[in-house]
Amino acid sequence: MRFLITPDALDPDAAVQAVAHENAGAVVTFEGRVRRQSRSREVVRLEYEAYAPMAVELFERIDAETQRRWKTSLAIHHRMGSCAVGVVSVVIVAAAAHRAEAFDACRFAIEQLKADAPIWKKEIYTDGEFWVGQGS
Amino acid sequence: MKVRVLLFASLRERAGCESDELTMRPGATLSDALGVLLSRHPKLGLLNSSVRFAVNREFVDALKPLADGDEIALIPPVSGG
Repeated sequence: MRFLITPDALDPDAAVQAVAHENAGAVVTFEGRVRRQSRSREVVRLEYEAYAPMAVELFERIDAETQRRWKTSLAIHHRMGSCAVGVVSVVIVAAAAHRAEAFDACRFAIEQLKADAPIWKKEIYTDGEFWVGQGS
Repeated sequence: MKVRVLLFASLRERAGCESDELTMRPGATLSDALGVLLSRHPKLGLLNSSVRFAVNREFVDALKPLADGDEIALIPPVSGG
């Protein structure tokens, strides 16, 4: 599966297998993981929520754009629900003939996801919680 | 006509529900629907200018005319990844 939003643990190898092919001499993987420290506070876990059908359509659009610009093929997998520190929350794999295109496409994809994908995370601390970017 | 509104994240928590169905006059715009939504859910308060809107999974502006069965989403600042 190339585009996935799931409450289950992500499998980066499965994302690689979804896009690797005989002419892909370069496969770049980005893993986003839950960080302990945020805003000078200690994070216990993150809770992700998404408008999944729109997010998947956006993943497909990002893929179409990277295909046009760099001739890459992408896999984008994103976790939903509760994620403890250290858990992989997002995996992006870009497969291309050569490394420059794969690196550029992977970077472009994560930046686009962060800018526009309708996905939200709430940071849960020992003494409170915070919707990132929403001021509450 | 009827339209469905989806609320997420902080907006969902403020309203205390994740969706609502609104009955609108033919010719109503997204802006009209937002007015009805805010009057039905006063706890939403005023929408910050950083909230974006989607109709049928496409980002749109508030002048977008609505059609029966449209799915509206209020998109507070996103934070995926």
